[in-house]
Amino acid sequence: MAAAPEAETPGVARPRWHPAELAFWIAPVAAFFAFPDRRLLLSQIFVYALFALSLDLVLGYAGILSLGHAAFFGTGAYTAALLAQHGWTEPLSGLLASGAVSAAFGLLVSLLVVRGSDLGRLMVTLGVGLLMYEVANQTSSLTGGVDGLGDLPIGALFGKIRFGLDGRAACAYSFAILLGVFLLARRLVQSPNGLALRGIRENVRRMPAIGVDVNQRLRVVFAIAAGVAGIAGAVMTQTTQLVGIDSLGFQRSAEVLIMLVFGGAGRLYGALVGATVFIVAQDALAGISPDYWQFWLGAVLVVLVLIARGGLLGALDALRRRVKRRR
Amino acid sequence: MASALQTRDLRRRFGAFTAVDGVSLDIEAGARHAVIGPNGAGKTTLINLITGTIRPDGGDVLLGGERVTRVAPYARVKRGLARTFQINTLFPQLTVAESVALAIGERRGHGRSWLRPVAAQRAVLDEARQLLRSLQLEGDAAVTTRELPYGKQRLLEIALALATRPRVLLLDEPAAGIPSGESQQLIETIERLPAEMAILLIEHDMSLVFRFARRITVMVAGRVLTEGNPAEVAADPRVREVYLGEERHV
Repeated sequence: MAAAPEAETPGVARPRWHPAELAFWIAPVAAFFAFPDRRLLLSQIFVYALFALSLDLVLGYAGILSLGHAAFFGTGAYTAALLAQHGWTEPLSGLLASGAVSAAFGLLVSLLVVRGSDLGRLMVTLGVGLLMYEVANQTSSLTGGVDGLGDLPIGALFGKIRFGLDGRAACAYSFAILLGVFLLARRLVQSPNGLALRGIRENVRRMPAIGVDVNQRLRVVFAIAAGVAGIAGAVMTQTTQLVGIDSLGFQRSAEVLIMLVFGGAGRLYGALVGATVFIVAQDALAGISPDYWQFWLGAVLVVLVLIARGGLLGALDALRRRVKRRR
Repeated sequence: MASALQTRDLRRRFGAFTAVDGVSLDIEAGARHAVIGPNGAGKTTLINLITGTIRPDGGDVLLGGERVTRVAPYARVKRGLARTFQINTLFPQLTVAESVALAIGERRGHGRSWLRPVAAQRAVLDEARQLLRSLQLEGDAAVTTRELPYGKQRLLEIALALATRPRVLLLDEPAAGIPSGESQQLIETIERLPAEMAILLIEHDMSLVFRFARRITVMVAGRVLTEGNPAEVAADPRVREVYLGEERHV
């Protein structure tokens, strides 16, 4: 192993980039050039990966089960749409504004969420999700109701690059946002704040006994995650120039939960892997028959949860440990 | 000077059952005080009232003279009150070093910090190493907590409490579950704790109580039966009757 500039402390891992991580991040760039006609699909993967990453902060790190995470995705998506419709067409500032609105909404919801038990949290998040869907449905003069909003005038990136039909700009934009947010999230989970979140997940009873206001930490991470979900929704709106009411729907909340559990919660990369596998498989199988897709999705999910706790990456870890032991 | 920890006429009922019925304790800085009593005497409820995990129906808790009866548990820790748990309450998947670094970082106020990785915080890690060394856990720093032998997990319980640099330390049956022949290291650790720290020990193991405590409170049915130095308590016929009569360790 290379000599570290400072002495290692046993038991506290220094954050290093593993070669596999670098390879992981080169893959989407390679895909961008290798599949020029699939860039819209790639862009969709990046959006969902970002969304799943947001849920990982809530579920994987803070240990809060959410069944209504699309409420924040949709809040960001609709904020971006309404901003554009009302003349705020510059995408980057619109993105930040959408994230901020969603984070503020998340902070509000967090006041209700962190108080409850697991079941209480599940119900509150589910309820907020249903509520937001109905609000969007009923205020159709503003949101377009079930039809959503289309033909949104999204401005050019840096005043130059337009989101065209070929998906080039969409793909690059959503990838850049995903990478940027991922780097921040990676930083967060390695910080003392991230260690405290792991502590909360590991043993919530001990945390007050070492002086931690657990609910305050959970509120903050929930709001951050809501902001990230909102950014994901806003990217979706901006790159497709439309927003549908399904971006707020229960189906979307359930899908992102499946992606995360599928990839493996509590490790950041699980969210990215889960989203990628999910979208690619959906795209490949939905052509055959949508029902077929749901059937196999259900079957694989059940098997995976039963035999490989920790999702795909959890299974990979277990395999690696086994190979190591055999040597 | 105000006592390190005081309870005044603490009361708590659960339905018709009165678990703690007017308990007043006075624990000076540097005290070595034990609370003993048969099962159901209200010792656990008393600890929960002092740490704030349950609210009293009446009475007060004072830390260094400050009334903290309505202060949240985490905020009492910030005011210098720490506890250990009778049943290990640790972080199973964190390493030993991470666990104490977490507690130390929180005390130093880094807990909300985002940007610097834990591994880059020298001061926290140095303090963690020193703390582990003082408890003879340094060699286990990289071990994941759930893989730590039980006896060492009991030491880590104490390490996490000490990481908060308490003025008052509540030890809730620190030797619980350790075979009496193997409790030597734990007892030595407790005896080496800083002299100025006030320690309240809740313990069933009478040999540990009489070896360690300079003052003993005997609780029965939610009330203080008597309080005194070990010789007085051991000589009290009422104590022998309700408590020591069952366990002939003394």
